Amino acid sequence: MTHISVTVDGTAYEDDVEPRLLLVHYLRDRLGLTGTPIGCDTSNCGACTVELDGASVKSCTVLAVQADGCEVTTVQGLARDGEWTPLQRAFHERHALQCGYCTPGMIMAARDLLRENPRPSSDEVRKALEGNLCRCTGYQNIVRAVLAVAEETSASERQSAQGQSAQEVTA
Amino acid sequence: MTDQAVEPEVGRARLRKEDARLITGQSNWTDNISVTGLLHLAFLRSPMAHARIERLDVSPALERPGVIAAFTGRDLADGLGSLPCAWPVTEDMVLPDHPPLALDEVRHAGDPVAVVVARDRYAAADALEAIEVDYEPLPPVLDLEEALAEGAPLVHADKGTNRAYVWPLRTGEDYESVRQRADVVVRRRYLQQRLIPNAMEPRAVAVAPLAASGEYTMYSTTQIPHILRIMLSVVTGVPEHKLRVIAPDVGGGFGSKLQVYGEEAVALAVARKLGRPVKWTESRSEGYLATHHGRGMIQDIELAATREGRLLGLKVDLLADMGAYLMLVTPGIPILGAFMYPAIYKMDAYEFNCTGVFTTRTPTDAYRGAGRPEATYAIERAMDELAAEVGLDPVEVRRRNWIRHEEFPYTTIAGLTYDSGNYEAATDKALALFGYDDLRAEQRERDERGDAVRLGIGVSTYTEMCGLAPSRVLRDLRYSAGGWEAASIRMLPTGKVEVVTGTSPHGQGHVTSWSQIASDVLGVPFEDIEVLHGDTQAAPQGMDTYGSRSLVVGGSAVHRAAEKVVEKARKVAAHLLEASEDDLEFKGGVFSVKGSPEARRTIQEVAFETFTSHDVPDGMEPTLNAEHLNDPENFSYPHGTHLCAVEVDTETGQTRIRSYVCVDDVGRVINPMIVEGQVHGGLAQGIAQALYEEAVYDAEGNLVSGTMADYLVPSAADLPEFVTDRTETPAASNPLGVKGVGEAGTIASTPAVVNAVVDALRPLGVHDVRMPCTPERVWEAVRSAQAGQKKEASA
Repeated sequence: MTHISVTVDGTAYEDDVEPRLLLVHYLRDRLGLTGTPIGCDTSNCGACTVELDGASVKSCTVLAVQADGCEVTTVQGLARDGEWTPLQRAFHERHALQCGYCTPGMIMAARDLLRENPRPSSDEVRKALEGNLCRCTGYQNIVRAVLAVAEETSASERQSAQGQSAQEVTA
Repeated sequence: MTDQAVEPEVGRARLRKEDARLITGQSNWTDNISVTGLLHLAFLRSPMAHARIERLDVSPALERPGVIAAFTGRDLADGLGSLPCAWPVTEDMVLPDHPPLALDEVRHAGDPVAVVVARDRYAAADALEAIEVDYEPLPPVLDLEEALAEGAPLVHADKGTNRAYVWPLRTGEDYESVRQRADVVVRRRYLQQRLIPNAMEPRAVAVAPLAASGEYTMYSTTQIPHILRIMLSVVTGVPEHKLRVIAPDVGGGFGSKLQVYGEEAVALAVARKLGRPVKWTESRSEGYLATHHGRGMIQDIELAATREGRLLGLKVDLLADMGAYLMLVTPGIPILGAFMYPAIYKMDAYEFNCTGVFTTRTPTDAYRGAGRPEATYAIERAMDELAAEVGLDPVEVRRRNWIRHEEFPYTTIAGLTYDSGNYEAATDKALALFGYDDLRAEQRERDERGDAVRLGIGVSTYTEMCGLAPSRVLRDLRYSAGGWEAASIRMLPTGKVEVVTGTSPHGQGHVTSWSQIASDVLGVPFEDIEVLHGDTQAAPQGMDTYGSRSLVVGGSAVHRAAEKVVEKARKVAAHLLEASEDDLEFKGGVFSVKGSPEARRTIQEVAFETFTSHDVPDGMEPTLNAEHLNDPENFSYPHGTHLCAVEVDTETGQTRIRSYVCVDDVGRVINPMIVEGQVHGGLAQGIAQALYEEAVYDAEGNLVSGTMADYLVPSAADLPEFVTDRTETPAASNPLGVKGVGEAGTIASTPAVVNAVVDALRPLGVHDVRMPCTPERVWEAVRSAQAGQKKEASA
């Protein structure tokens, strides 16, 4: 057994775990955070994608001991006081989920994409989400949802930039 | 009292009620189920396709830490019968035993032989390796034609044959004489590769026993909680009324969870034996062996036609790979297809013959479309071959043969009565959206200049039989159950509504759509309606979700039940308003007396009055509830026209979908957003069969494409943007005018894509590319066509 300290969705945990325990099983079976599902055993599907210190990882290919000292964010840690993130809202509004099994991983992977490339093209979204499989949607509405968030974000940035330059002029 | 001007819900793109928990990680998957003292199961599976079990000893597993028990099939045999097949398609069908744990022989790689019960999933998996098994290898049976040959090794030696059944259908004139008078006979062989369904949620089952009273609650990743309950009670002897089956959130099915699986029966048997709760969750690779597959057929199709391209007759000979056992509806899948080969076309003779063949592979069963995609593929591919043969445009050859819109209702050569449709309208709309003529012009131009990247255009004009199914038709097809669906509606005292449905959604959005249907009939706001499903205690009656039936059969049941509620509410309202029922108007949830609009009662007020029962008509029961069991009078027949343009690189064999346009007619639409989503997903799966997916076995019967790393489920990067549109010809056979949409995209898209690939290469002498049309196969087809042409030229 190895001792680990991990912060998951803002809560600090101390645990003794088997060195072979997968992070996703630690989240699901030990912490009861079942919002992160498991879709395969070859790290192809991406359903279990979470953030580890700010970068997306497939939690079935990370050992719990590798998360020692790290901050983990799961889909369950996204909404604040019941307020959904823009991606969660967009997935809902664009019908980017049907059965919803891939959705947690898809949202986490899309967050990663938008951090790295805030204005992706449709092709870039498709390539970036290549590691996350969905069997229900044919991906079209997932791509639409991600593009909608990129669009919203850049529109609001433009607005605030305009506001700023107006301030500069008056100042 | 404010006016309740409720806007019509049907037809609105309502955002889904289902989404909130799914996007916040609060969903309730079966693998999430945890109860105190939960034990975990792991199954030991055969590593061989076919072998005799010489020795099997599970006792060493018991020495491993955390192991509670380990069982063979014999240990559990008392109270664990053969798994069911509900569709004996012929009287003399060969139905082998299918023990949930193999007893003497394993018949496919992945056939389970033992189960370990341990404290956690890691301990259970570890202990499997301690089990000792000696296998005596037997010859695998893999090739469908060789399997039928005299002296072939047998999958079930006691049955003396690998032929499960022969199912013939002959209608219209005698095919052979029609063939005699044909100018053109097109004969082709198509191979329907095996597919692995790949619902994103792997299968899982959990059973919690109340040992003292012999009651069991099962959670399962199932599409069919109601059928499962009945069947498991037969298999295990747990009385039906002591078994509650819950399908919690289910992560996709596509037919793969339309099954009564051995693991479900074993979990129940183990929970009963130990008196403790147990759970099993498959790994994806395990699922590739243990969850049923789809397709797997050899199709010989022959068209007899005039030189003008007019169809005279159709002959189809199928060899259908059953796999090792006949599971819930295994034998019936190709039979569903039997009625669909004539598709939307008129002809004089039809001859169909299907032979079900046992092989030492994972059993096949329903996979999205189930028999209908296979049929549509063969006929739509063959229609293109006919077009080429008689020198017509593929769209034109279809026009010359299809049922014209003024001919509906039309009874097809296969005996189905298509109630409605308009193939002309859907096709015209699709051609315009696609820019068909421009693409053909570009194709000619590029062909002339010898472009190495060739443009191909594929069309598919499909129909499907959905809304399974009229019970009497099922009887005639020897299916063991009916095809009705149940709904009940409860108006609660506070005016809120519970809709109880027998359908069991797993991504289709029934909660949202059923709310829309009920809202319109009852005049109650969408938000005030809850839909209960997927739990045999909460929704005791139902025939579940598959075959694009839920809306057509189950949605119609909701509609009818809601009408019954209004009927009863009308009696109460008339009583309260001291008016005659005939003088009452009902609109937007308000009963009012004609001519005196101030005399009114809302349906919510009526619900409360009925609840108090202080002043209801004499003899009336104090509920505003109703139920309706809807047995459909006919199937429904969605149709549409799909067009695909591909760029095929003849040097690399790479195919890229350049554009995809589909116009589907699924009848009246309840929620256009959900319908579009269903089409997108269906297209993805149909395109996947055309270009990417195949369950590959080696010569020993091992599944080579045995993990998600080896089996190409397409990603976002592998699929194009789709252009979808609709025409709307309401179905005549149900009150909503709906036809179903779950399978349309899958059925239509596979032939559209392959037709496009072949169309790109036809001038090079290619007339077929086997699915999936991988770069290697395309390149090989081009190369061998060129070699053939050279040979011809030199000869």
